[in-house]
Amino acid sequence: MPVNPITTKEIAQKVINKEAFFILDVRNEDAFSDWKVEGENITYLNIPYFDLLDGVEEILEQLPQDQDIVVVCAKEGSSIMVADMLSDEGRTVSYLKGGMKAWSEHLEPVKVGNLKEGGELYQFVRLGKGCLSYMIVSDGEAALIDATRMTDVYLDFAEEIGATIKHVFDTHLHADHISGGRKIAEATNAMYWLPPKDAQEVAFNYQPLEEGRDINIGNTTIIIQPLYSPGHTIGSTSFIVDDAYLLSGDILFIDSIGRPDLAGLAEDWVGDLRKTLYTRYKELSDELVVLPAHFMIIEELNDDGSVSEKLGTLFAKNHGLNIENEAEFRKLVTGNLPPQPNAYQEIREMNMGKINPDEEQQREMEIGPNRCAVR
Amino acid sequence: MIQTNAVLDAKGLACPMPIVKAKKAINGLEAGQVLEVQATDKGSTADMKAWAESTGHQYLGTIEQGDVLKHYLRKSSGEGKEENKHPYVASNEDLQKIVEANGNAVVLDVREAAEYAFNHIPGAQSLPLGELENRLNELDKETEIYVVCRTGSRSDLAAQKLAQAGFDKVVNIVPGMSDWTGPTEKSVN
Repeated sequence: MPVNPITTKEIAQKVINKEAFFILDVRNEDAFSDWKVEGENITYLNIPYFDLLDGVEEILEQLPQDQDIVVVCAKEGSSIMVADMLSDEGRTVSYLKGGMKAWSEHLEPVKVGNLKEGGELYQFVRLGKGCLSYMIVSDGEAALIDATRMTDVYLDFAEEIGATIKHVFDTHLHADHISGGRKIAEATNAMYWLPPKDAQEVAFNYQPLEEGRDINIGNTTIIIQPLYSPGHTIGSTSFIVDDAYLLSGDILFIDSIGRPDLAGLAEDWVGDLRKTLYTRYKELSDELVVLPAHFMIIEELNDDGSVSEKLGTLFAKNHGLNIENEAEFRKLVTGNLPPQPNAYQEIREMNMGKINPDEEQQREMEIGPNRCAVR
Repeated sequence: MIQTNAVLDAKGLACPMPIVKAKKAINGLEAGQVLEVQATDKGSTADMKAWAESTGHQYLGTIEQGDVLKHYLRKSSGEGKEENKHPYVASNEDLQKIVEANGNAVVLDVREAAEYAFNHIPGAQSLPLGELENRLNELDKETEIYVVCRTGSRSDLAAQKLAQAGFDKVVNIVPGMSDWTGPTEKSVN
């Protein structure tokens, strides 16, 4: 029986459609427990490939007959080997093309909505790592927000819909993933905007992203309004787009709130974070649709694969927005901080333009789960 | 350069091949012998460790030289099961006290050179069990010799050999490096 590859795109569709399927993950146990393909109806079996070199007979009984089986490994080589062995035993299985490496890099574009005067807002969902980035399109022009290092995806997408990228923004200096913002701006001659308070050490030119400097896309109707919202980083900036969407960066998530990015400064920034969430955001319309820069768990995905919720709903349901007592809030944010993301210092330095690792090293730096929220 | 019983070139090969080849190569070795695997696949370090753990082989360590990762593995030997026969025995704690009190105490490490390279007691002398008989002249019969290995089994054999050769101040350290909590050092980067 032939063994067929399944693409990250196909897996993404299965995850978004909440399909039930079976993953045989043949990476070693540490890698599997650290991160895996997440989905609400996925069943898993983790057996390292090196325990299957003498044959797969022993695991045949553990594989379902009535579900699609996908064999997954780090880069695909081991999954092909195991899939071939299973095929020789008469089982129909596929393997994840490009492995977890490709899954970590897959971006799924989802249209979030139309803009009032024409134009669209797209969310790029990085399912494997939980990063969300955005493209605002109007009248042949596009703006990008919090782009990942998979820059070709955005460039190709813009070309496909016939838009020219004019502005590229980062809501803050990221520590959990490598920004593609500067590279895209260079490739398209777009302007690259950063909050100046986060950009004090950067080794390149940028446009200072400051409140009161509205930016227009397309036929001057789509307004991108920066809103200074410190707390995750000192420069963190949100955007209100078209009076309808609040791009909250790493300040507010669907089921959690941002944490001060550098553990050492948590005490200093917790006051800013509270003021942003409990005063600045509180003054905004409840009808704004919150679009964060991350999701934490796969259950946060809406039925169409997007991640969004009305601000009013978050004020009602998000625990982090409902802590009356300031001391208790302080305790939540500064106590029990989750571990820092993998290689976060190097990622910050890369995003400041101080170091320039090759693609393989960048990949290594980003490996593993995302950890930037507190619940 | 660490002395090993075999070297496997798996450079340029992607997962799963470094492990597939290492498995074959280690099958061709005697129990207790050491294999060096040269690989360029970055993921091979975590996999070598996990594979060794799952099969009972001993993962000794990895040296990075430029783009090449050199992994050192010792084939499982089933040691630690036989009863020790050498009559003079001391514990790890005893040895630690002796070493602390006398910086010149002779600690003879009879594990393979690669095992010694990644982790040994500071000042210990490396003399793999297999070379002991030919290198007896390097040792002094008048001085106390504390023989150490990983679990106390190879050092027991070494202590017996030394006793037969007329060394009567030989003490076997049990269990040895597997459980050693005192200071250690490496002779590789």
